[in-house]
Amino acid sequence: MATKNSRAAARLLVAPSVILLFLWMIVPLGLTIYFSFLRYNLLMPGTEEWVGVLNYSYFLTDPAFFAALFNTLAIVLGVLLITVVGGVLIALLLDQPIWGQGIVRLLVLAPFFVMPTVSALVWKNMFMNPVNGLLAWVQTSLGMAPHDWLATTPLFAIIIIVAWQWLPFSALILLTALQSLDEEQREAAELDGAGPVSRFVYIMLPHLSRAITVVILIQTIFLLSVFAEILVTTNGGPGTESTNIAYLVYAQALLQFDVGGASAGGIVAVVLANIVAIFLMRMIGRTLET
Amino acid sequence: MSRHVSSTRRWTVTIAAWLVGILMFFPILWTVLTSFKTEAEAVASPPSFLFFNWTLENYAEVQSRSDYVQHFLNSVTISLGSTAIGLLIAIPAAWAMAFQPTKRTKDLLMWMLSTKMMPPVGVLVPIYLMFRDAGLLDTRLGLTIILTLIDLPIIIWMLYTYFKEIPGEILEAARMDGATLWSEIAYVLTPMAVPGIASTLLLNVILAWNEAFWTLNLTAAKAAPLTAFIASYSSPEGLFYAKLSAASTMAIAPILILGWFSQKQLVRGLTFGAVK
Repeated sequence: MATKNSRAAARLLVAPSVILLFLWMIVPLGLTIYFSFLRYNLLMPGTEEWVGVLNYSYFLTDPAFFAALFNTLAIVLGVLLITVVGGVLIALLLDQPIWGQGIVRLLVLAPFFVMPTVSALVWKNMFMNPVNGLLAWVQTSLGMAPHDWLATTPLFAIIIIVAWQWLPFSALILLTALQSLDEEQREAAELDGAGPVSRFVYIMLPHLSRAITVVILIQTIFLLSVFAEILVTTNGGPGTESTNIAYLVYAQALLQFDVGGASAGGIVAVVLANIVAIFLMRMIGRTLET
Repeated sequence: MSRHVSSTRRWTVTIAAWLVGILMFFPILWTVLTSFKTEAEAVASPPSFLFFNWTLENYAEVQSRSDYVQHFLNSVTISLGSTAIGLLIAIPAAWAMAFQPTKRTKDLLMWMLSTKMMPPVGVLVPIYLMFRDAGLLDTRLGLTIILTLIDLPIIIWMLYTYFKEIPGEILEAARMDGATLWSEIAYVLTPMAVPGIASTLLLNVILAWNEAFWTLNLTAAKAAPLTAFIASYSSPEGLFYAKLSAASTMAIAPILILGWFSQKQLVRGLTFGAVK
């Protein structure tokens, strides 16, 4: 029905967004790729020269890279495990008829709105500090030795902090999905004598599978780039015990001023994220069809 | 409609749900409580939960020592500014894609979303250097530009899913009556689109307020929003729990309240319409 005229107008309306996003995607990314083939250190200006894949071979053979890759995956998988399992449990709980459901929803949702630097510092100081932290007090009260979270198990501590921020997200999305489940279907299953476990396995879980996939994919995109929580709690340490790829690239760029090496690392991070992104795009692409 | 359950079961489930809710909320509650304590009481063992001398001195001190208001205004400017510019660019685009779709609209939308998948460290180095050369480091303008760009795909997507739900027949009828493109937008579409635009705005302000990669890397002192300001408490001032708590409470309170109001729109916004 659209006339030639209105189609041209439509194109004009879309153009600014497309041009901006195109520039935003192509220019910096192109520069990163270009820098990644240079020897380029901000402390030694004027010594830039083409070094081929040297930056990549340094970055990819650096033991810190393997530590960072492992830590990145550990953060992603650890947080996903906690948030998906916890999210399903919370969603099932809040889906029951309870008093004050609205308020409980708000309480559960709240951590999602806390900025990363605040949640990291609050956990670091007021909960995980081995002397003054609340968790240390609980442990001493129970007659145990207080645990120094960020010194002895930094990665685990960061996983807990990040999971606390993302659990509301998965719980809310899974609850929304659960509430769209057909009431008659549940009642029919109940009348047919299906117990709570088989109702969960055969009716709720298949219904939730799509929402769970969405939660996993969206969270993965963000979890691959966890940064602020590491910066303000451990600075990646001790050693490289809590350094992920995002933090490693940051350290190389803005702490060691190694533009070439950091760019190579950035490209590695982009490749990693793209692998995840392909799956996510397919999922969301399917929703456009309906 | 609601299922019939015994009152014992309802009580049990209610108590369990409230326990979970309080547990999740506890770190925030604890931060708020600590912000009203003196520094000595903040680290007292055993900790006092309610029976301490409530004081407001931490709030006054955070402001006087570090000009909290300045950082708060930076946050407001950057998050509102980037959202407003983003909406101005995105509304026409989302409108066109929702009501004048072509064969390529779907691909275009997917491509826009794919820009969001790029990890920020992939472009940190060139952006940092470009900002340095353009004098945009540690400026509110620079951060506003970056946040506009990183949030643009989400804004377009959210608006698109909302606009999609506006029945096309109404627009056809307006067109039959001789409405031009612009009067169509101004008098027909806009009133119907306001709820969708409002929730997009709300969600985007929240996301921009809490953004903590670019704000930490591109600001130092002057233009630092609250995310970066709070990060300066990582050491050694972080040991002053009561002041850290006061600064944190002020940083999260406005956005927490906004977030609670927007919780209904949150799900579809954050899942790009995949879960409603």
